[in-house]
Amino acid sequence: MTIKDIKNTALQYLPFENEIAELDRQIEELRKQHLRDSLQGEASPAIRALQVKQTDLLQQIYTTMTPWQTVQVARHPQRPIFSDYLKNMFKDVRILHGDRCFGDDRAIVTALGQIGREKVMIIGQNKGKDIKEKIACNFGCPNPEGYRKALAKMKLAEKFGLPVVTLIDTPGAYPGVGAEERGQAQAIAVNLMEMSRLRVPVVCVVIGEGGSGGALGIGVGDRMAILEHSYYSVISPEGCAAILWHDGTQAPRAAEALKLTGRELLKLKLVDAVISEPLGGAHRNMHDTLYNVEQYITKNLAQLKRTPIDTLVNARYARLRGIGADCLPASAFAARRGKAKTPGRLPLKDKLAAARDLSETAAQ
Amino acid sequence: MAKNKKAGWDGFSLKPRKEMPEGLWLSCPSCKNMLYKKTVDENLSVCPECRHHFRIDGPTRVRQLVDEGSLEELAQDLASSDPLAFVWGEQAYKNRIKADPDANSAHEAVLVGKAFIRGRGVILAAMDFSFLGGSMGMVVGEKFCRGVDRAIAENLPLVVVSCSGGARMHEGVVALQQMAKTSAALARLDEAGGLYISVLTDPTTGGVAASFSMLGDVIIAEPKALIGFTGPRVIQQTIKIELPEGFQRAEFLVEHGFVDMIVERKDLRSEIGRLIDYCGK
Ligand SMILES: [Zn+2]
Repeated sequence: MTIKDIKNTALQYLPFENEIAELDRQIEELRKQHLRDSLQGEASPAIRALQVKQTDLLQQIYTTMTPWQTVQVARHPQRPIFSDYLKNMFKDVRILHGDRCFGDDRAIVTALGQIGREKVMIIGQNKGKDIKEKIACNFGCPNPEGYRKALAKMKLAEKFGLPVVTLIDTPGAYPGVGAEERGQAQAIAVNLMEMSRLRVPVVCVVIGEGGSGGALGIGVGDRMAILEHSYYSVISPEGCAAILWHDGTQAPRAAEALKLTGRELLKLKLVDAVISEPLGGAHRNMHDTLYNVEQYITKNLAQLKRTPIDTLVNARYARLRGIGADCLPASAFAARRGKAKTPGRLPLKDKLAAARDLSETAAQ
Repeated sequence: MAKNKKAGWDGFSLKPRKEMPEGLWLSCPSCKNMLYKKTVDENLSVCPECRHHFRIDGPTRVRQLVDEGSLEELAQDLASSDPLAFVWGEQAYKNRIKADPDANSAHEAVLVGKAFIRGRGVILAAMDFSFLGGSMGMVVGEKFCRGVDRAIAENLPLVVVSCSGGARMHEGVVALQQMAKTSAALARLDEAGGLYISVLTDPTTGGVAASFSMLGDVIIAEPKALIGFTGPRVIQQTIKIELPEGFQRAEFLVEHGFVDMIVERKDLRSEIGRLIDYCGK
């Protein structure tokens, strides 16, 4: 990826990329001058020097990003979205519409397709490119019928032994009147339960925004990966800031506290892998981004397909059960709190239950 | 915190918001009548005038629901490890859990136990809104799953009384994943042929609604309980329209097909007993 490509796609700069933008402007000016002077062949040493400087700067910015900057890159208007992956990473795609119940939610796309040599069921959240498409896709915020469509197609995949690949990119499930009337909560809940026991391999990748329950609704699987400059969070940084500071502009601080970047999630063992992005983020080089994602998926599908399905489903369950199982003993705090009053319990039973509980804890 | 108080309760603060203030008298938020607190308490915390169901904490719920003295609490010795080391400004999640003066907090946001309801053995989980808005973090998820394990092992029906604002923000994706964890445990219960009765009370929203609450074999709601994925205030702020009367209330969910039956608090014990008998457990 070179500066030329950047220029050709009329890149939009993020607020922390001002210096990069300035360098681009200078390079462009020199290039024009170069043409005016009708010089042939190699770019001038001046241009090359600027390009080197810019690469260094990008390197510096993108390796020391704050969580809030990561959120901004994850939301970059030119970041590759699901439709890019569908078009360029999968072959021989057949989109399957509708939940056979209410309608066809465009915020979740389901399709048969091939990745590498593997035939798979593709489930992805789509934000849309232009404004018309964005509106049709509800800006990537699914309605209940989207989750139900995803489940219906996953069941289809299960029936015919096709692995499932889900690509997650949503600000969250849609907060609308219709969504509530049609059971947004129930739709997501059922997906969580059914995905946990789906009898085919499931690989999930967060490619942009992993917005809370809306992301999780297609995000239970055997492998969970996240692109380097994506985020996955229980609440949007803005929403968190509104609660903690009563001020949405504190979102950068909330992003820090929420530990929502790939690196943090990997440390917490909440994702299996962070897929690296090309220098300057996925939006500067779609081709390499898709290549990295494809490599991750094909490698892991090959691995998962070799595992007996019972082993796989048990491991999937064990992994979920392990998340947050490392609770501390409450007795550590009890001294300061005072004894809890438990209703309708006899003192002897109290002791017995406590003893049983301790042995249970030890057995875990 | 002064700022917090001014702007109203944030739904996550540790200071329990009591719908029933201290003192001898209280005013019903629904019919505005002045009520003698003792009368309300004796009436299962339901307004004798208009049947408004006051929010009750976990221990009170258990006392009202189970046969007297029958509860054996399970997995009570669990506390959050504060996986994110969550801090904001001068404050830390860890300190706020520790400093909580409310004795109920020893149960965290859910109380799980083995008990009898009208003589039928059950595994019961009662959520407690007075602890961090009943929010689900690692402790709620873990206690819930251990309860499910026991229900499977002893072939007992599972009864869960939800009362929660959703996943606990301070535990980030660890809290979010408790949705998947609890739902996965319920899949196991389902495969074992276990009965799961889910009771939705005011409020049941967010990550709790979008996981175990909505997965009951039978789903009961208390009258007028607020139930939904996104809270009404957020919906209003986002789409900027006036929400219809009764939106996201228990009756609304029955109308749209997501709740089996609305049961008043006074009938809850007998209805649960009945359902257990029907399902042959
Ligand atoms: Zn009243």
